[in-house]
Amino acid sequence: MRFQQIDQFAAELKADTRASVYQSTKTTHEKRTKLLFDQFTDPNRLREIAGEIKQHAIENLDTYLPRVEEKLKANGAQVHWAATAQSACETVLRIMRARGATKMVKAKTMVSEEIELAHFLEKNGCEAVETDLGEFIIQIDHDHPSHIVRPIIHKNRREIATSFEREGLGAYNDDPETITRRARHFLRHKYLAADVGLTGANFVSAESGRIVLVTNEGNSRFCLAATKCHIALVGIEKIVPRDRDLGILLNLLGRSGTAQDLTVYTEFIGGPKSAAQPDGPEEMHVIFVDNGRTDVLATECRDILRCIRCGACLNVCPVYRQASGHAYRSVYPGPVGAVLSPLLAAEKFPALADLPKASSLCGACNEVCPVNIPIPDLLLRLRNKAKEEGVPSPGTPPMGAWALLASQPTAWKASLVGGKLMNHLPTKMIPVPALQAWADKRELPRWRGGEFRKWMKARAKKPPSP
Amino acid sequence: MLNTERKPVTGKRVQLMATCLCDAFYDDVAAATVEVLEHLGVEVAFPEAQTCCGQPAFNGGDWAASRKVVRHTVKTFAGEEPVVVPSGSCAAMMFHGAVLEFEKEKDVGEVEALGRRTWELADFIVNGLGVKAWPGRYDATVAFHRSCHSRGTKSGEASLTLLNAIAGVRVVEFGEGEQCCGFGGTFSVSFPNISTAMGALKLDHVRAVKPDVFVSGDMSCMMHLGGLAAKEGKPIKTLHLAQVLRDALKGGPR
Repeated sequence: MRFQQIDQFAAELKADTRASVYQSTKTTHEKRTKLLFDQFTDPNRLREIAGEIKQHAIENLDTYLPRVEEKLKANGAQVHWAATAQSACETVLRIMRARGATKMVKAKTMVSEEIELAHFLEKNGCEAVETDLGEFIIQIDHDHPSHIVRPIIHKNRREIATSFEREGLGAYNDDPETITRRARHFLRHKYLAADVGLTGANFVSAESGRIVLVTNEGNSRFCLAATKCHIALVGIEKIVPRDRDLGILLNLLGRSGTAQDLTVYTEFIGGPKSAAQPDGPEEMHVIFVDNGRTDVLATECRDILRCIRCGACLNVCPVYRQASGHAYRSVYPGPVGAVLSPLLAAEKFPALADLPKASSLCGACNEVCPVNIPIPDLLLRLRNKAKEEGVPSPGTPPMGAWALLASQPTAWKASLVGGKLMNHLPTKMIPVPALQAWADKRELPRWRGGEFRKWMKARAKKPPSP
Repeated sequence: MLNTERKPVTGKRVQLMATCLCDAFYDDVAAATVEVLEHLGVEVAFPEAQTCCGQPAFNGGDWAASRKVVRHTVKTFAGEEPVVVPSGSCAAMMFHGAVLEFEKEKDVGEVEALGRRTWELADFIVNGLGVKAWPGRYDATVAFHRSCHSRGTKSGEASLTLLNAIAGVRVVEFGEGEQCCGFGGTFSVSFPNISTAMGALKLDHVRAVKPDVFVSGDMSCMMHLGGLAAKEGKPIKTLHLAQVLRDALKGGPR
């Protein structure tokens, strides 16, 4: 392959998919920026503070995880630890089997995508219905999310209407309200039939053991209102030290992710239903998932674990806008995914080592990140890791000879002059792949190597002007 | 986080880091930089042994190769004077990138020290020397591209301060100005489709405001965008900020 996989994918992406991804990300990004800068005097300072809180939390998980376990247990929840995806899936299945349950309704959670829970449950004879509208559409299409907040950003409403018709959810109708109403009608029955409701967690407070969930559709509330057993699947990096830390994090999450002051629903879950409450789950399980996170914590890329999954870096990223999410071949796309996915891949790192290359290092991701993750630095670290591990990198010019030249001034000056030959050769005749890739799309300026040095010397000889 | 902390400027002598792009293609930009600095009464030394800041290999992931070049650069720019560079990208390499790739090296201190005295040209003029006015005249509508590697630094703002100070210059804003042009160093040749799609979008926005000249503090972005526009058969006039400042002193556009 001459070029990088993600570049090939982008080149072959349908024009209308690119247009809808571009329009949607651009609009959200611009609204996000306006909202933050209209409402706060110094939003960048807020991002820094939020980053410090999360960094502190991930660097002190050994303190906070036992503390949160203790709080959750005191609140009446059962706590489970899953080191791997397999173990997380098996824990869910074990909880369901112990209740004789076969039907689950689930809210949107990226960690369930990461461990491929729905698949696992289906294989084991359980139904796991996605209740977030976007995820529901992904599920009926046997597709994959292409954005961490808007899983169906790559689909248009005509495609969705066709899927609904195919699934027997009514005659073709691409009116968004109709689509939503039909999904709601279908899902109401699923909520009522289910025994188990599964959610993720946006944050878990170590101080109170409260689990915080944000949604816009209210589906997570239905998952918990109708079922008798709540399972929360939580990545270990979701801990925040104190309840009051949620103030700043929630303020930034809604604005950064969907350009809302707050999402429509913000739930604080303190435990299973109490004796005084008429409804709600009688049983609550919290499964903390590691699945490679402690290994990430041991690397110099640990800052990526601050991520609160808002998607702002995807929205602003010019590469994501051109390539869309599936180009990244992993659950987490975009700038955050280009760091997190290869790291979580562990020994399969080489297969995703091209992801960190898919960036012009423009730094826009860092500029919008609500927890101020230095994403470009982390991309660079992973590029260096790939180089050190000898992973091939199509299209990247080799740097050894260049470095030799650039550390020997005499050779450098000679090649500045020698380069002038390029002006007399048709570019096509020069067998340097990088030059060909450049000249295929762009004119090359005339080579004027050494001219400035000549000018400088000539000037030094002249008497100073009066 | 960028290490943007700078040693205050004392004295009026600087070392010029001309950049490899100016050394190979854009000699007039380097010459304009010299003339602009001399106009401000600054004595400009040009260390002859200079080559490149080391960024291509740093961005390409080959940090060992990059460090070799950075060590050469540190040696070449020995001394205490400020180092001025007509590129936000090479400046950021010196005060941020190089420091990152040297974090475990014994000589990281020397690299950091060079970073603290390396200035992007506009930042040096406005924030180093405290110059905010510019004499002369330049009658033109100017679109200014703030290059990405000056994010988080004072360079973009400083460039606009200078442009707006020139009589006759009318700076026009264009859509999605915060977006990258798509150059990205080795990215431009290993991701040519995405790189040029990003460039085309930038050109659309710039052309929409019909500038006489498209100006930046980084010739790498201009090489990409100018080259793309020329290949499309719709060339666009690109200049470095230093050229505009120099030409203003000489009475206007050349």
